[in-house]
Amino acid sequence: MKRNLGPAYVAPQALWITVFFAAPLLIIVAYSFLQKGLYGGVEPVFSIQAWVDMANPTLLKVTLKTLWVSLAATIVIILLALPCGYSIARSKNQALRLFLVIVPFWTNFLVRIYAWISILGNEGFVNQALRFLGFRAEGFQFLYNQGAVVFVLVYMYLPYAILPLFSTIDKFDFTLLEAARDLGATRMQSYTKVMIPNIKGGVITAVLFTFIPIFGAYAVPLLIGGKDSYMLGNVIADQLTKTRNWPLASAISMSMTLLTAIAVFLFAFKKPKEQQTVKDIDPLSQPNGKTIEFLHRSPEQGKKKPSGKGAA
Amino acid sequence: MKGSDVTVSNVSKSFGSFAALKDVSLEIKKGEFYSLLGPSGCGKTTLLRAIAGFEDPDYGVILIDGSDMSGLSPDKRHCNTVFQSYALFPHLTVFENVAFPLRIKKTPARLIKELVMKHLSLVQLEGHADKKPSQLSGGQKQRVAIARALINEPSVLLLDEPLSALDAKLRQHMLMELDSIHDKVGITFIYVTHDQQEALSVSDRIAVMNAGVVLQVGSPQQIYENPATEFVARFIGETNIFKGKVLSRNGNLNVLQIESFGQLLVDDETPVEVGDTIVVTIRPEKIRISNEQLQGDELNVVKGIVEEPVYSGFQTKYIVRVEGGGRLTTFRQHANWSEGIPDIEWKDEVYLSFSARDLVIVEKSPG
Repeated sequence: MKRNLGPAYVAPQALWITVFFAAPLLIIVAYSFLQKGLYGGVEPVFSIQAWVDMANPTLLKVTLKTLWVSLAATIVIILLALPCGYSIARSKNQALRLFLVIVPFWTNFLVRIYAWISILGNEGFVNQALRFLGFRAEGFQFLYNQGAVVFVLVYMYLPYAILPLFSTIDKFDFTLLEAARDLGATRMQSYTKVMIPNIKGGVITAVLFTFIPIFGAYAVPLLIGGKDSYMLGNVIADQLTKTRNWPLASAISMSMTLLTAIAVFLFAFKKPKEQQTVKDIDPLSQPNGKTIEFLHRSPEQGKKKPSGKGAA
Repeated sequence: MKGSDVTVSNVSKSFGSFAALKDVSLEIKKGEFYSLLGPSGCGKTTLLRAIAGFEDPDYGVILIDGSDMSGLSPDKRHCNTVFQSYALFPHLTVFENVAFPLRIKKTPARLIKELVMKHLSLVQLEGHADKKPSQLSGGQKQRVAIARALINEPSVLLLDEPLSALDAKLRQHMLMELDSIHDKVGITFIYVTHDQQEALSVSDRIAVMNAGVVLQVGSPQQIYENPATEFVARFIGETNIFKGKVLSRNGNLNVLQIESFGQLLVDDETPVEVGDTIVVTIRPEKIRISNEQLQGDELNVVKGIVEEPVYSGFQTKYIVRVEGGGRLTTFRQHANWSEGIPDIEWKDEVYLSFSARDLVIVEKSPG
């Protein structure tokens, strides 16, 4: 008899997930229920103080702002990524354009943020150029406000939306757009009523790929934003390094993770409807349409195949 | 008569250096079942797309009921298209697919239901309204596409190889159904196909195209019996083609010297001169194959050996090598199989007889 080696094959991955994902997560959960240590760290005493501390108006304000900024950035990203993905999918040199989308990834995330600072900063390239052209000498303050944070976030995460949207649009049958136009739809209606519903999967993926990391953004609001641009990521970091309230940092992290997880499940994993495929039947051998219909409904004909298309 | 007449006037269209349409002009009458027939790449689909509004002609104009369509987008034209790939919207049910044009027009819901059900019953799909396109067979998808294209009550229906994705038997059936839908709705149908059999069996008129040019326009009978060019003769049905020199002529009767056949009599109105090189064609079913030599006026009789009999049930096709070395194809129908007509078999010596009137001149060049 053959021995079942399944568990042995799965073991490395199970170990990996346990050590690097499940265990840290559990540690964070545990920390949130412990007492904070005096200079950081935790005391091994059970406490729900951290969860009680979360109920404060400042934190609520930051949470709402984080949601607002993430939402705004995600919407802008999707609105930009749709035409980008569309034009790449319809382009003759897809490879080159995809390459150009990916090129920024060769530079480190932080370096790219500093690049924006040196472009848009008070003594940055744009201000120097404007001064040279005779605009006001003191320059413009582009950075250190909410708008700048959204702008740089959009720049950072745009490729993550373009790539899934491109791959879905690339599989989209463009004849459908012509059919819609032929049937009386305007160009805009052909996109909103035919293309968008058919690339919904890609849009959902793009939203998840951008909203989730932006929701946890830390570096961009820290370096680009002003005093009022703090997001949840910055609050957690401060609790960890400055205020040294590790249980509260853990509790906020856990809440964010839960919130995101619930949203993802509601948003993306709606069960796709079951569909069945039907083969051609020669109507000449059938006396009338009714028979065909009957045949299509009979169990032999209508063997149900679960649709292979996942939502995300 | 419902429907519109469509005039295509000196239309040319190029894609880069490729000329898809070269100065094409057609007059399509109200309510006609008009086919554009030709091999792939002949420009027929480009012409259809130009009528639909998906392509702008480089030169020339397209008129529908006398009004110029230039610059009018597809949604502003009173014609609808049945696409080769059906182009059903996968996210919508059959009902919503058919209702799509009405929803765009913001038709009241009650009227939508009534119109959609009426059109679904026209294509015999009443019971499938709630299915998604992926749950339908090819033939059913085809019907949905037709119902959807008809629901706006267009005056012209454009069909782009609508049956090419179906298997042969279903294709025959759908073709007859298309014909009966055409009779019911009475609008102009412009039907693009590369299948000469389809075009012959349903069209009122056919335009045969090749390499962006219209070679011949006519009824199926005219196209088949009297092909205008060698290409048309070869493209439509099976045929025998000969090339030869005119030796003498007496009225319409020409004596033709053909290299590997000897002399043939050709009775055709096309004016030719002695010494012209001409190409003539004759359909296989016009050639009679027999064991004994037949006699008659203006009858060409050629002796030969059966090189290849191809039995296909209702008839046998014989490929005969004649004395001069050339080959002729002929059909013999098995209408009265058992009535003592001697069977003709492989390597039999046979006579092929055909009337001079059945030979048609398709090309001529002087000298």
